[in-house]
Amino acid sequence: MSLRSPLGRVLGLGAAKEGVHHWWVQRLTAVALVPLSIWFVVSLLALPSLDHATVIAWMSQSWTALLLIVFVLVVTRHSQLGVRVVVEDYVHGAGAKTLTLVVVGFAHVLIGAAGVFAVLKVACGAAP
Amino acid sequence: MPTRPLSPHLSVYKMSRYTLATSILNRLTGVALSTGQLLLVYWLMAVAGGARAQAQAARLLALPVMKLVYAALIVAFCYHLVAGIRHLIWDTARGLERPQSRRSAWLVAVISVVLMLIVAYSAGLAPAGAP
Repeated sequence: MSLRSPLGRVLGLGAAKEGVHHWWVQRLTAVALVPLSIWFVVSLLALPSLDHATVIAWMSQSWTALLLIVFVLVVTRHSQLGVRVVVEDYVHGAGAKTLTLVVVGFAHVLIGAAGVFAVLKVACGAAP
Repeated sequence: MPTRPLSPHLSVYKMSRYTLATSILNRLTGVALSTGQLLLVYWLMAVAGGARAQAQAARLLALPVMKLVYAALIVAFCYHLVAGIRHLIWDTARGLERPQSRRSAWLVAVISVVLMLIVAYSAGLAPAGAP
């Protein structure tokens, strides 16, 4: 006899009420990052130099700015999901684990937002 | 902290060396890339801060020790990319038999090292790992 309610069985979300969400998003972002990260590395290496004028000209192109923003967002999400699992595995003790997860989560939001902000600022011509 | 065994149940698995190495390397390189992302955003913020801010950041990013960091990031990126694709193929329930998995572990090693050398060469660094 199963102790699960019929609704619980249909939703299939388990005790954490999330089901395979974490697993699925980790895979989705991984698939997206294959082309995105290759694009990023190749275009960075293709820049003739990394001086201010060159980088600004590169980042001001619409497609570059757009792809950079998507890259930063997807990388941040993928990283947050990955680091979360590492923390869950290696940081023991409920208090320390929760605290680490909160700090890591906040840090990822900050990093992602900073990356998007920086690209937008340059793309809108607001970088001095 | 409970006394029962806690995840990851390292002691209950019989891990031959290559499975352990490929798995833990994927984790390590992932964490390394997460810190690399900090560098990327630091650089993007410096670029957005203007020519002076970028020049200031460039001085820090051009320190000799940073070459080691870039070499490590190239190694991490190439390995994580190739090993990640192996994981995605596994997710389709293909290649899970032991001989296939052993073969793909070697493939990952070879392809990622070739990639590392290509990227390191294009980046003007000495072959990965050298200072």
